[in-house]
Amino acid sequence: MAERRIRQTWIAVRLPRLPISFKIDRRVPLAALFLLAFTLVVLVMSINYGAYNMSPLDVIQTLTGTLPADHPDYRNFVLVVHTFRLPRILLAFLVGTALATSGAIMQSITRNPLAEPGILGVTAGAGLAAVAMIVWFNDAQMSLLPWAAFGGAILTAAAVYLLAWKRGATSPVRLILIGVAFAAVLGSLTTFILVFGEINDVQKAYVWLTGSVYGGNWQHVRTLGAWMLVLLPLAFLSARSLNALNLGDEVATGFGVRVERQRAFLLVISVALASVAVAVAGTIGFVGLIAPHITRRLVGPAHEGMLPITALFGGALLVLADLIGRWVIAPSELPIGIVTALIGAPYFMLLLVRYRK
Amino acid sequence: MTHLSSYQTRILGSRVLLLPGLLLSLVLLIGCLLWSITLGAADITPQVVYAALFDFDEAEFDHVIIQTVRLPRVIAGVIVGAALAVAGAIMQGLTRNPLADSGLLGINAGAAFAVVLVVYLLGTPSLSVYAIAALIGAGLAAAFVYGIGAFGGATPLRLTLAGVILTAFVSSLTTAILIQDQETLDRIRFWTAGSLGGRDFAIITQTAPLIAVGLVGALLISRQITTISLGEDVAKGLGQDTLRIKLIAAALVVMLAGGAVALAGPIGFVGLVIPHIARFIAGVDYRWIIPYSAVLGGILVTLADVAARVVLRPLELPVGVMMALVGAPFFIYLARWKVKR
Repeated sequence: MAERRIRQTWIAVRLPRLPISFKIDRRVPLAALFLLAFTLVVLVMSINYGAYNMSPLDVIQTLTGTLPADHPDYRNFVLVVHTFRLPRILLAFLVGTALATSGAIMQSITRNPLAEPGILGVTAGAGLAAVAMIVWFNDAQMSLLPWAAFGGAILTAAAVYLLAWKRGATSPVRLILIGVAFAAVLGSLTTFILVFGEINDVQKAYVWLTGSVYGGNWQHVRTLGAWMLVLLPLAFLSARSLNALNLGDEVATGFGVRVERQRAFLLVISVALASVAVAVAGTIGFVGLIAPHITRRLVGPAHEGMLPITALFGGALLVLADLIGRWVIAPSELPIGIVTALIGAPYFMLLLVRYRK
Repeated sequence: MTHLSSYQTRILGSRVLLLPGLLLSLVLLIGCLLWSITLGAADITPQVVYAALFDFDEAEFDHVIIQTVRLPRVIAGVIVGAALAVAGAIMQGLTRNPLADSGLLGINAGAAFAVVLVVYLLGTPSLSVYAIAALIGAGLAAAFVYGIGAFGGATPLRLTLAGVILTAFVSSLTTAILIQDQETLDRIRFWTAGSLGGRDFAIITQTAPLIAVGLVGALLISRQITTISLGEDVAKGLGQDTLRIKLIAAALVVMLAGGAVALAGPIGFVGLVIPHIARFIAGVDYRWIIPYSAVLGGILVTLADVAARVVLRPLELPVGVMMALVGAPFFIYLARWKVKR
């Protein structure tokens, strides 16, 4: 890996008038183009696929608004595309983007290639809150569910961070281990609720726990989109301190990075990204683990280029996983979280074998 | 990169005290068992318990309750506790990882998945099918985690993460089954939480031999585990065939953890907490750590089961939930103060 990195060439990007400049790997634009094209193709295929048949051309015309209004199926097409299929696919994309970015940040600040957003207890906290909502307050409005999940996630992450705090600093190892302990406790409390709940609610809760974009609507897309508009730029702008933190606390300190403050700031971004994703779509695993890895292999480890590509990659992966989930056991549907686990686990095994120290 | 600060002191300063200490623990265990039997929906006096055990009268309602409901339950608890604690001790010694535990390393989840799969495919399988499934599931999961250890430095962090991710994967497979099939879900969900309720002698006699073999095997290789726990280089230098010992130990862990899961469902943290206490009492010698772990594990699960039955009376908590509530703070304590760096 090291030799390859030396031979890399860079593209320097300077924004006119703005005092921002950064270097990206020259493979970044190509990868971005490829991922965008891939996502668009899968998007069209995915809209095209389903109980109501449409040709790819119809899909493109409906999407771009060029479908003639006197087309015999005009209203059906618009309904199917804009109300049923497009929102859920966009939701899958956004969720993938959020989880992948969150995972990339988490891996860099913990300096551990095996870290993922769930490691700070985010997933477990959201899971407990959501399951409690579904099973105990099944009369409550379902629109409150994302908020409960979000609250659970944030609270858990905060508790883990505080417990990992020792003598004025946290350490990546303590963060991970304490996160694992929290995940175990919250997980077993979740199980406890599931054991005594009413069976129909319990099954609903299980679906949520697996992660699913089923029934995603424009409201979800707008909410998640708004969060991403704030969080993603913050993440991308932190690329430079991520580069430093990735090299170790001492080195980062030497570069003039305020390590603990930057780490806390980045943790907040990462946790927030994961929490909003989990809040709307449930606990979808492995995306945050795998997307950053593959991306690092594609475009190198410098975060200026790597973060955006990871985001795109995560989005593309979930759009694809959603399509696969609807297709494999049609007319029934495999939740997207199970598809990502099935794709992710073999890759992960490969990874563990490769990363020997 | 990460290591456990070794316990410099042990409570029993002299080796002479180790055997009496163990016997004392045994007496304590028996006391806990009897206490546990007296507690329940209706409390039964110790005298009646004694009579039911040694002078059984089937006309007495309390005697029947004790013989068919409470006795199997506490025995299952002791067996499960001993098995999980010894499995944890072996794993901690072998990987020199203070955080090793069959629950955290995904072995319990593997066994649980296999059982759910079998229930899904076969409906209500016989008890031996349950046990075999749990064993195979535990075996595959252990092979996976051990494989990771073999392929690179098995640091605590690495193994813990591997276990977390394995658990995530296997549980999502389990969930995939449970959301497709409500009947299986209803039948299995109490079991997935880890519980000792409703265990009878039939399932105990199915799983106990397996666990017994595991326990005896653990005692037999305890000397070799002590050597490996000092470092693999040391063990090799002393002429030990470390690969063979590791394979045997892995097989024992699978028997113990698989058997325990078949009997009580996935219960975490016993294998994490107990070996530390055993080491604190008995020092670094696994010839003592293992028997102490077995006895103390039995005590812990018995007490956890008592607590699980008593705290929310008449509602009964699964003992697995109780163990997590007790064990996780201990894990956090280890992560904060005992893992260097």
